Amino acid sequence: MNQSQQTSPFYNVDWMTIIIYFCLVLIGWANIYAAVYDADHSSIFDMSRNYGKQLLWISSSVLMIIIILLIDSKFFNFSAYVFYGITIILLVAVLFVGKLVGGNRAWFEIGAFRLQPAEFAKVATCLTLARYMGSTNLKLADLGDQLKCFTLIFAPVALILLQPDAGSAMVFMSFFIVLYREGLPPFYLVFGLVSVILFVLSLLIPQSYIIIGLILLTGFLLWRDRRVRRHYFLIIGSAILSIALVTGVNYAFNNILKPHQRDRIDLLLGKKVDPKGVGYNVNQSKIAIGSGQFLGKGYLKGTQTKYDFVPEQSTDFIFCTIGEEWGFVGSVLVLGLYTFLLMRIVVIAERQRSTFSRIYGYGVATIIFFHVFINVGMTIGIMPVIGIPLPFISYGGSSLWSFTILLFILIKLDTNRNGIIR
Amino acid sequence: MNSFFQRKFIIQAIFISAIFLLVARLFYIQIIDDRYLDFANNNVLRRLVVYPPRGVIYDRKNVLLVQNEPVYDLMAVPKSIKPFDTALFCQLIEVEEDKFVEKLQKVREYSRVKASLIEKQLSAETYARLQEHLFQFPGFFVQNRTLRKYPSPIAAHVLGYIGEVNDKLIELSKGDYRQGDYIGISGIERSYEKLLRGQRGIKRVMVDVFNREQGSFDEGKFDTAAVPGDKMITSLDAKLQQYGEALMQNKVGSIVAIEPSTGEILAFVSAPNYDPNLLVGRIRGNNYMKLLKDPLKPLFIRPIQAQYPPGSVFKPIQALIGQQMGLITPDQRFPCGGGYRIGSRLVKCEHNHSPQNMVESIQNSCNAYYCWAFKTMIDNHPGMTVDQAYTAWRDAIEKFGIGVKLDIDLPNELKGLLPTHKYYDKIYGANHWKSSTVISLSIGQGELGITPLQMANVMAGIANRGYFYRPHLVKAIGSNKLIRPEYAKKNSLGIDSKYFPPVIDGMERVILAGTATYARIPDIPICGKTGTAQNPHGKNHSVFMGFAPKDNPKIAIAVFVENAGYGATWAAPIASLMIEKYIRDSITRPKAYEDRILNASLLPGDQFNASGNIKKKDEKKAETSDKKEEKKPVKQVKPTSVTQKPREEKKETTQKR
Repeated sequence: MNQSQQTSPFYNVDWMTIIIYFCLVLIGWANIYAAVYDADHSSIFDMSRNYGKQLLWISSSVLMIIIILLIDSKFFNFSAYVFYGITIILLVAVLFVGKLVGGNRAWFEIGAFRLQPAEFAKVATCLTLARYMGSTNLKLADLGDQLKCFTLIFAPVALILLQPDAGSAMVFMSFFIVLYREGLPPFYLVFGLVSVILFVLSLLIPQSYIIIGLILLTGFLLWRDRRVRRHYFLIIGSAILSIALVTGVNYAFNNILKPHQRDRIDLLLGKKVDPKGVGYNVNQSKIAIGSGQFLGKGYLKGTQTKYDFVPEQSTDFIFCTIGEEWGFVGSVLVLGLYTFLLMRIVVIAERQRSTFSRIYGYGVATIIFFHVFINVGMTIGIMPVIGIPLPFISYGGSSLWSFTILLFILIKLDTNRNGIIR
Repeated sequence: MNSFFQRKFIIQAIFISAIFLLVARLFYIQIIDDRYLDFANNNVLRRLVVYPPRGVIYDRKNVLLVQNEPVYDLMAVPKSIKPFDTALFCQLIEVEEDKFVEKLQKVREYSRVKASLIEKQLSAETYARLQEHLFQFPGFFVQNRTLRKYPSPIAAHVLGYIGEVNDKLIELSKGDYRQGDYIGISGIERSYEKLLRGQRGIKRVMVDVFNREQGSFDEGKFDTAAVPGDKMITSLDAKLQQYGEALMQNKVGSIVAIEPSTGEILAFVSAPNYDPNLLVGRIRGNNYMKLLKDPLKPLFIRPIQAQYPPGSVFKPIQALIGQQMGLITPDQRFPCGGGYRIGSRLVKCEHNHSPQNMVESIQNSCNAYYCWAFKTMIDNHPGMTVDQAYTAWRDAIEKFGIGVKLDIDLPNELKGLLPTHKYYDKIYGANHWKSSTVISLSIGQGELGITPLQMANVMAGIANRGYFYRPHLVKAIGSNKLIRPEYAKKNSLGIDSKYFPPVIDGMERVILAGTATYARIPDIPICGKTGTAQNPHGKNHSVFMGFAPKDNPKIAIAVFVENAGYGATWAAPIASLMIEKYIRDSITRPKAYEDRILNASLLPGDQFNASGNIKKKDEKKAETSDKKEEKKPVKQVKPTSVTQKPREEKKETTQKR
């Protein structure tokens, strides 16, 4: 490496990603201000309000960015397992000393601030997965190697489910896309997709119809591939799995899911209408976004958010403020920024010489993608209510820090894209 | 290692299609589906009604009759209530503690964040006391409202009262009224409701999720200001009204006084009356029930709802119609001889006097004269059958405003009773009756029902020598003093003015030398007529009608005192006092003359009793309550009761005085 790398932390950084990052962070800050605005505390720097605190989180994130960029790239590879170990310990610890908030033991409380280890577990798992897959010559087509990777993913998932925080746990499923990129058979993704479809179907229409349908489909496939013997096993296996899944759904739905989770799914599927009760959040959120129409109501003029009809409006439901005050134009602009960011990250990932960096890059992209899709989907009623933040925009230190770290480790790795980190 | 490079595209496709799904959904809810904006507006927008003050009501000399009094509704927001000293609080607002606790619990169950009514219409004094302590009771506050207040307790029947609208009216009004609004229920309050209530303003405010006000919507661009209700200047003379009510205390009956030159009603007394302040606010319900159950029916508006056979006061009308028809001349004399004989029956005349001319017939109230006159008009009407002649006579009577509604500006006016020829055809068969069959009509008895208002109006018409203005109670509306055009229109009695002098002379002589000399006032020439309306259920009603002065009359008056006997004994002196009070503003007659009336108690079942003792009166009320049902004046003239015994009635002799 040449001399200037030593002198400037910004040597070779991907400015485009950094610009998008700051755009999103500033959009977030402005909208948190709008969401919690009240005339008594009109200064955006008021530290007693969420927007004032968010400024603190933003400033500290900038500090963190500089630190990350000053650290040697190899450090992240080198210490991946250490981070992983620390977060696992924290995830265990939080179950015992965590603060109980809304039925979940997911937060450490340190003075006035709260820290959510699950947020950092995503970064650590991402690093660890990259390190593990990059350092050994894994063959993801093999069941054994698959299981090793799954174990790495599911260890933190299991701990997070104990909190219980199903939303955060679900985000870890994004790593399957990463594994797919690295050679995991498409079966897993198809299986996941089919499971979701079957799950939804079996809640909507009587089980027996689905099973008859599946049997007919199996018969058709067997007839079509009657000359390809090796497909028999696959087809019949899938059929049995599907039928087992369908029959299991009702049990799982009624016995494993918690009542509020059942309600959220029923609401989403339109099986339950209750705009005053459990459907209140989603209903008000849809009203907020829907009433924004094409150009929105204007900054600080969103009545839904300003008058507190939307709950959690600076954190999980921050997209309501965007949708209401900036309308379709603003919403699409924000989603456009995310799309651009995701595409850019994929480009960055693909230009890495090091497998570690590439896998890590995909991890970053899929984590951000999952958060955006689930969070926005939830606010407009196409996903069940899962309490996860909108990356870079939602209020919250843990969230902003962890996404900043997640993204800037990649940017740091990218400055060294021609090197091979092992 | 990059053997799966092409999977990059699949992953990008997943990202893009998923985000496209979000965009599509956003497109749908933000652009295609426009219900969401309405939902959002429904969430935050509240239409607040700004109540205008109701119009105040004055008498003709700008004496305030009805004003608005502020009261205070106690409200509570359960969420903000902190534990407090319930006993002290209840003591302050004067309610029982357990009732209060119960109410508060109900309110809590209804909504924890919305403000609800706890106790309505606290008086200003209660509020003043509470206000000092209110800071100790977070979560409670008061809201201003207004109630009606009547500085002097007069003219309850004219002014009427207001109350909360009922559900049926709310529905009928199509949005004009809402739950809790006040509406005029009777009297002027009802007939001028639309003007008195003013125009409510609408304020659009935004509220937050807890229903707390957050300021006006769109800088109040769509707000409308409340327009206060119009003030009403009534035609009543408060002093005269008060005097009339005093004269009528402990009596049952009516006084109606009209200014003939305008049709403005100067006094409108319905006795027994009640204090209008009783029907205001929290006490209204109980008091209303009390009044409703009172056997003397104080809520009954006698001047427009009680219908009496007019008796002798009908005679001047007959004299005028006879002349107008060209069938009787003032000089024509009809024999008396103590009565008018129809076969074996006799319509008795108390005075067995010589044949009378028109002036004398009125002065002496000769029954026989009017039987002859009636026979002349009905049986001997040239070129007319009895039916036709009767109809012509009836039309002429109707022109005096008898048997029709005068459309006074009060609700529930009755039109009285004036049968058509068909009525008699039905009873006796067509062409099977003539004047002698219905001879009672000639002297104002039989199937006739006339309200005191109609009677006073007849007097106004005679005083004007041929026309009247529709009697009314509101002479000017609003600050522009508008008058309803229909009140400025002359209504003809259908009698030429040249026919009036003999009748009016006769009426003057009634006071000077006839049946009502007792009513004479020095220097104020009164023209009038006494009457003693037969009451089949009890003692006769004492009736007087008249006007004064004879020339350029200032006041026309009708007085009915139920069950009081002769017209000259009670009704005439009451009218006389009213006339003097109005014209002179003071009474020149000896105090005893006035006191005799003021102290008399002529309630049904009473013997003439000069005691004004209220306690005694109450006892008597209780004693006689069971009998009184029978004595409702309306009943006396109900067609049914008449039809049952028309033949019998003809046999009755008619007394007069």
